[in-house]
Amino acid sequence: MHKPDMSVEVAGIKMRNPVMTASGTFGYGAEFADYLDLESIGAMITKGLSLKPKAGNPTPRIVETPGGMLNAIGLQNVGIDAFIAEKLPYLKNVQTPVVVNLYGNTLEEYGEVASRLDGLPGVAGIEVNISCPNVKQGGIVFGTDPKAAQEVVRLVRKSTTKPMIVKLSPNVTDVVSMAIACAEAGADALSLINTLTGMAIDLDRRRPILANVTGGLSGPAIKPVALRMVWQVAKNVKLPIIGIGGIMNGRDALEFMLAGATAIQVGTASFLDPGAAQRIAREMEQYLTENGIESVSSLIGALNA
Amino acid sequence: MQFKSMVISNVELSPCYFRMRMTAPQDLGTSLPGQFLMLKVTESIDPLLRRPFGLFDVGTFQAEYDETPHTYVEILYKVVGKGTRMLSALHHGDGIDLLAPLGKGFRLGEKGEEKILVGGGVGLAPLYYLAKALVAQGEKVRLFAGGRNRDDILCITEFERLGVETYVATDDGTLGEQGFVTEVLEKHLGAGQRIFACGPMPMLGAVSRMAEAHGVPCQVSLEAYMACGVGACLGCVMPGANHSDQTPDYRCVCKDGPVFDSFELKWS
Ligand SMILES: Cc1cc2nc3c(=O)[nH]c(=O)nc-3n(C[C@H](O)[C@H](O)[C@H](O)COP(=O)(O)OP(=O)(O)OC[C@H]3O[C@@H](n4cnc5c(N)ncnc54)[C@H](O)[C@@H]3O)c2cc1C
Ligand SMILES: Cc1cc2nc3c(=O)[nH]c(=O)nc-3n(C[C@H](O)[C@H](O)[C@H](O)COP(=O)(O)O)c2cc1C
Ligand code: FES
Repeated sequence: MHKPDMSVEVAGIKMRNPVMTASGTFGYGAEFADYLDLESIGAMITKGLSLKPKAGNPTPRIVETPGGMLNAIGLQNVGIDAFIAEKLPYLKNVQTPVVVNLYGNTLEEYGEVASRLDGLPGVAGIEVNISCPNVKQGGIVFGTDPKAAQEVVRLVRKSTTKPMIVKLSPNVTDVVSMAIACAEAGADALSLINTLTGMAIDLDRRRPILANVTGGLSGPAIKPVALRMVWQVAKNVKLPIIGIGGIMNGRDALEFMLAGATAIQVGTASFLDPGAAQRIAREMEQYLTENGIESVSSLIGALNA
Repeated sequence: MQFKSMVISNVELSPCYFRMRMTAPQDLGTSLPGQFLMLKVTESIDPLLRRPFGLFDVGTFQAEYDETPHTYVEILYKVVGKGTRMLSALHHGDGIDLLAPLGKGFRLGEKGEEKILVGGGVGLAPLYYLAKALVAQGEKVRLFAGGRNRDDILCITEFERLGVETYVATDDGTLGEQGFVTEVLEKHLGAGQRIFACGPMPMLGAVSRMAEAHGVPCQVSLEAYMACGVGACLGCVMPGANHSDQTPDYRCVCKDGPVFDSFELKWS
């Protein structure tokens, strides 16, 4: 049999395969160049970017939990000027689409970051992280209130002509209504899920382990929640979906596609295996070959349910 | 680089302390003292993350079946939790996935200075490979080793075999002088020296203050919780000397370290 067709397209971003690297788990790409071929993966998503450099939280920032990890990095990043000057030139030379994940500490900041990125060569699209507290409004998270999320998405829509992916928070009662709100406000695609808020306690010291007390859970432990949310959103929203959450191998990735995802992101897996993204793309292709499936896109939403 | 390695030996040195030798590609022979490796204790997801360990030794050995020298890497580790407990159960022939060498190592400094190594507990581990490199350069090396009791003081005879002069202090006095290793160290500090220290943070803080007071250059090797080991997750950071909320200056222990000049860091 000839090689299966692994290519997919999300919001106009053409990818050689459905594997993207998740924001915050792949640095700015260069960190992984020794461990995999950056031109073997579908797309790279960079660390959450804000207008100004951000210090992030005090340490400890990470702790392992059964089948997962909690992180409270606090969105530490170099800020947009340093990103453009120091990180983007390297990424531009890699023949793989780069999607810039961004966030704002205020509503206005989302718009400013998006417009600074608009028109920049080397940026294939943006991914808007709405799982951030609104500093001006007592820290209420944009991504847990459909109205606030809609405001952010509308403003970013006005500020950019780039393909816009909106990344959804799982820390909501009704992910479908959040997805619909973002779709109505002009998102081109949805990615889900971001981390689940969690906590770990040191019994003997009677203290939280993370300096920030709470953190975001990622890794295999969250995969069932992520699959459920992708499936629910796919049934109710027409936009292309990018599945994220605990994907460790090719089979996990293909499960997300059956649930309705057009592409997937590899996060925590890159920590255990820096070559994970490339390996997962290879394993997906292998599965297709072994099962006589000609194109990966034929699996999108092909769940018998 | 990432590679599959095989356990050659895994020996218990004293209660809870093990020394494990693993096969390694030839390229690892150029690793620097102070660099570290990360290993996946199990292929399953529990524990999920890799565990970091300093390079205790890197060298070559002759196998029975052929003439060519093979490269090995060794770690010295203490069993403190699930991952290290599982590690201690590995045997000759078991496979293990490694990332190495990671991070920046010690800079050996100038010829003719007296080299002072300070190790607290299992912080001794990366100092052996360092001592070997320094001795190979013809340097005079002294080691100050501290621990809670005699079981924490490891491989002293190995250091002595290299010609290193050793000083030992334990909290309970079961080996060497009773007290903190820093108290012993202070009596021997002076001009023309260079310090290399690894151990718990309070010890490193004390050593770096002492070094500053005596005008002795000092490098410290730090530990931190790590997820990726390659500078991507930003989980392992330490505040640099000029760090403040307004002017953030975080250093990655995995990528910018684990070895730092003591003046680079903020000692609270
Ligand atoms: C650069 C570097 C070099 C290291 N070199 C050595 C070495 O040569 N020999 C050695 O024995 N250990 C070394 N460590 C520490 C070692 O990585 C931890 O002891 C190990 O990861 C614990 O795993 P575990 O699953 O057994 O413990 P866990 O069950 O994860 O935790 C048990 C206890 O160990 C502590 N701990 C866990 N991870 C770390 C960590 N990364 N740093 C410090 N404390 C930790 C926790 O606070 C907890 O109290 C090094 C750490 C770093 C960052
Ligand atoms: C250390 C760490 C940092 C992260 N940083 C970001 C970030 O800056 N922006 C963002 O949108 N998501 C961030 N995430 C979330 C991931 O992109 C991903 O949504 C989540 O980890 C779930 O996927 P996984 O289980 O495959 O890791 C981060 C996750 C981790 C573990
Ligand atoms: S361990 Fe991930 S940045 Fe250092």
